[in-house]
Amino acid sequence: MHNKSVAELSRDLGSGQVSSVELTQEFLDRIKREDSKYNSFITVTEEQALADARVADEQRAAGNATAWTGVPFAHKDIFCTNGVRTTCGSKMLENFVPPYDATVTVNFRQAGAVCLGKTNMDEFAMGSSNENSYFGAVTNPWGLSEGNKRVPGGSSGGSAAAVAARLIPAATATDTGGSIRQPAALCGVTGLKPTYGRVSRYGMIAFASSLDQGGTMARTAEDNALMLNVMAGFDPKDSTSIDREVPDYTATLNEPLKGLKIGLPKEYFSDQLSPAMEQQVRNAVKEYEKLGATVKEVSLPNAKLAIAAYYVIAPAEASANLSRFDGVRYGYRCEDPKDLMDLYTRSRAEGFGEEVKRRILVGTYALSAGYFDAYYLKAQKVRRLIQQDFINAFKEVDVLMSPTTPSPAFIQGEKTSDPVTMYLEDVFTIAINLAGVPAMSVPAGFVDGLPVGLQIIGDYFSEARLLNAAHQFQQVTDWHQREPQ
Amino acid sequence: MQWDIVIGLEIHVQLATKTKIFSGSSTAYGAEPNTQANAVDLAMPGTLPVPNEQAFRYAVMFGLAVNAEIERRSVFERKNYFYPDLPKGYQTTQLERPIVGPGYVDIDLPNGETKRVRIHHAHLEEDAGKSLHEDFHGMTGVDLNRAGTPLIEVVTEPDMNNAEEAVAFAKKLHSIVTSLGICDGDMSQGSMRFDVNISLKPKGSDTLGTRTETKNLNSFRFMEQAIAHEVERQMDILEDGGSIVQETRLYNGDRDESRSMRTKEEANDYRYFPCPDLLPVEIDDSFIEEARNSLPELPDARKARFMDQYGLNDYDAGLLSGDSKLAAFFEEAVSHGKDAKLVANWIQGEFSARLNAEEKSVADSPITGAQLGDLVVRIADNTISSAGAKKVFEALWSGENDNVDAIIDAKGLKQVSDTGALEAMVDEVLAGMPDQVAQYQNEEDPKKRKKMLGGFMGPLMKASKGQGNPKLFNEILVRKLEG
Repeated sequence: MHNKSVAELSRDLGSGQVSSVELTQEFLDRIKREDSKYNSFITVTEEQALADARVADEQRAAGNATAWTGVPFAHKDIFCTNGVRTTCGSKMLENFVPPYDATVTVNFRQAGAVCLGKTNMDEFAMGSSNENSYFGAVTNPWGLSEGNKRVPGGSSGGSAAAVAARLIPAATATDTGGSIRQPAALCGVTGLKPTYGRVSRYGMIAFASSLDQGGTMARTAEDNALMLNVMAGFDPKDSTSIDREVPDYTATLNEPLKGLKIGLPKEYFSDQLSPAMEQQVRNAVKEYEKLGATVKEVSLPNAKLAIAAYYVIAPAEASANLSRFDGVRYGYRCEDPKDLMDLYTRSRAEGFGEEVKRRILVGTYALSAGYFDAYYLKAQKVRRLIQQDFINAFKEVDVLMSPTTPSPAFIQGEKTSDPVTMYLEDVFTIAINLAGVPAMSVPAGFVDGLPVGLQIIGDYFSEARLLNAAHQFQQVTDWHQREPQ
Repeated sequence: MQWDIVIGLEIHVQLATKTKIFSGSSTAYGAEPNTQANAVDLAMPGTLPVPNEQAFRYAVMFGLAVNAEIERRSVFERKNYFYPDLPKGYQTTQLERPIVGPGYVDIDLPNGETKRVRIHHAHLEEDAGKSLHEDFHGMTGVDLNRAGTPLIEVVTEPDMNNAEEAVAFAKKLHSIVTSLGICDGDMSQGSMRFDVNISLKPKGSDTLGTRTETKNLNSFRFMEQAIAHEVERQMDILEDGGSIVQETRLYNGDRDESRSMRTKEEANDYRYFPCPDLLPVEIDDSFIEEARNSLPELPDARKARFMDQYGLNDYDAGLLSGDSKLAAFFEEAVSHGKDAKLVANWIQGEFSARLNAEEKSVADSPITGAQLGDLVVRIADNTISSAGAKKVFEALWSGENDNVDAIIDAKGLKQVSDTGALEAMVDEVLAGMPDQVAQYQNEEDPKKRKKMLGGFMGPLMKASKGQGNPKLFNEILVRKLEG
């Protein structure tokens, strides 16, 4: 059962081959048995899950089922869940139990899906290796046999590892600079970051508001489509969500790809990329040609500026977004504060981890009087140039393809001492967030036994086309079905 | 040395929307602490602001009322600082692109002249909560009911040159926002709060001096006192050869003292940047036109109408048109009382005095405009004397009875105005007071004679059981004595 996709489990539930309670129990057992190896869950909600599964079975019996009714899944611990602690990977929120649901949480609840728990993540979604979690690093299910523990990527490393290890068929995730696509690539699963504004951010704890986007993670493109069907849509509680019709993303999965115009951004096939990685990506592109697509080289001339711009804008927004964690109303508060300033400084010094503090400092600096123009305003100008690069590219081609990461999963601890090296993990993913366009990572081969991700980037609101392209690829390849040993 | 005083104002006006500017919580005043603060107001993780359209409509109405440009695209920014009553750690406000651009307000000066005060801009923002320093034994309580209440902050040019002008402007602004119905105008509840920027410069100089800002004045009287206090403080320093420190000051109205809150060097770096949770607000022509069509009569227009329609003089019209509730009371009274001048006198006299004495506003008045109008009718047609009218007013005010004529009957206040009857009484009284009559007639000083008339009035009123028309008694008396 645990090897089945959401679509398959949904069919099995529909035919009565299995009940939601049985499925839920099986995945709960797997988590209990296996997750000590991965640490992919922060919280498992066994009782609630079984109760929800019983309700789902009743709904099925009553004929009120959606595709998701009774299907187990997990939430990244960044989505607020009413009555269930939501930590965002931080000591600051170690005991925080929100009295409200994120809109994404509500959507899955209404669809009848059964949430088994909350997945591990880099603290406040800041990181590319999941080593920044207060609840401990997550281990990539791949590469364990070599005796080296490898990172799953981040910040949605818990979701990616849990899906790769078959602890859960699907998990929500978020992506601010690559936090869905990079861990999906490193764990050999399929992930989608939708267009900015496609999925409500309400109740999704903010890192950088103009870049954060909730998205999907599962083994197949079809399951990603099923997830997006539930998650996408306008939300009156989020002023930046966009009021635009939501198509059935599964309806177009089987469209033929004949005539699809693929662009390969030359800047993303640079010497930062190892020849072995490049080979895997080029092989994947060849599969698309076999499916009838045409390929041409394109240019994103400002892509090289993306990391610099991102590491001004994201920390700037984060520095304000994280001010609410002040020890006054909820979350961590230091012992015996002497006065107000002591309450603020020690609560924040003790409650936040190193990377979070680093970014708050960087962001505060970038917004400071005398530096604002040189950093923040300049970065915003660069952002507009990058957006224009993508707009220009999509005048020529339908989708862009590139590697998702410059290299496969690295060994834990390898990059923790040098933040800038760590930031370069996202060199191929960050520009997409700055532009706001959607992108996926799809399993596309292995290097040294470690998964390689193919990044497929589309124009604004082209999620259906991306999912179609990924699904067709998965009909002729089996990279996404490989199971870590 | 002679000094010019230069004053600019920043006024926070709480908008009378039912809900907050970025959340659905109620804005009603006076609820139990923290009962009107939802997850958004508490800045719980992951919550997001949703703009309240009504706040924008009110801001646009204000802009139109002060002859200002309405910015078609305005941007909210985050003003970052830590304070317990600021839950997000930043205030959502506008800086570079405020919703209301430059405008102006004309104020009437005591010397009869009109002065134009320019408005630099007005922007929308959210109010903070309240920190309560008492009752918590060395700790501070935080009430977030007010957090997120919509405000417009109105910023003037430094166009005022003394406290009177500043207060006249403040009153005019109060009158505009209450007439528009966008603010309840209740200063005791903080619905309008003033920050005053003051500097001095040698008389006639073109160069502005260093200014100070005195914050959070919540009454016209405190504002006037604070200005006087600060002008004197600066003058003392400058005349002693010192220099003014650019700083923010707090004024204690009860003690007439001020102290420095922070100097320019200690000022926060607020690190403003556009709020990424809110898209720029686009306002189109139809929204502005709708707002324009919904504008009620504004104080200037009302004053002109009062002069034209009721024949009031400039002073009376100005006083009665400024407060929309008072203006409505006046109009209701005139519709019953006919004699606008007499109605105006009663409103500014007895009525205002009683309101002030009991610290009531027009809205709390126990008597209606109609009742006052009815009372004025009975004064004008000589049914009652002014002394009688005061008794009727008392009865109305105390709620003893709500009908003017019924009170007059019940209290027997109707005047006798039958000249024949009055004349007979005068003859009778004079016949009984020969010495006083002789004394009067021998007095050569008309002023003294006039004074002596009072000595006859007492017995006359007694003879008429208090119901003789005193005006007629007076006329008859003079005629008989002088004749």
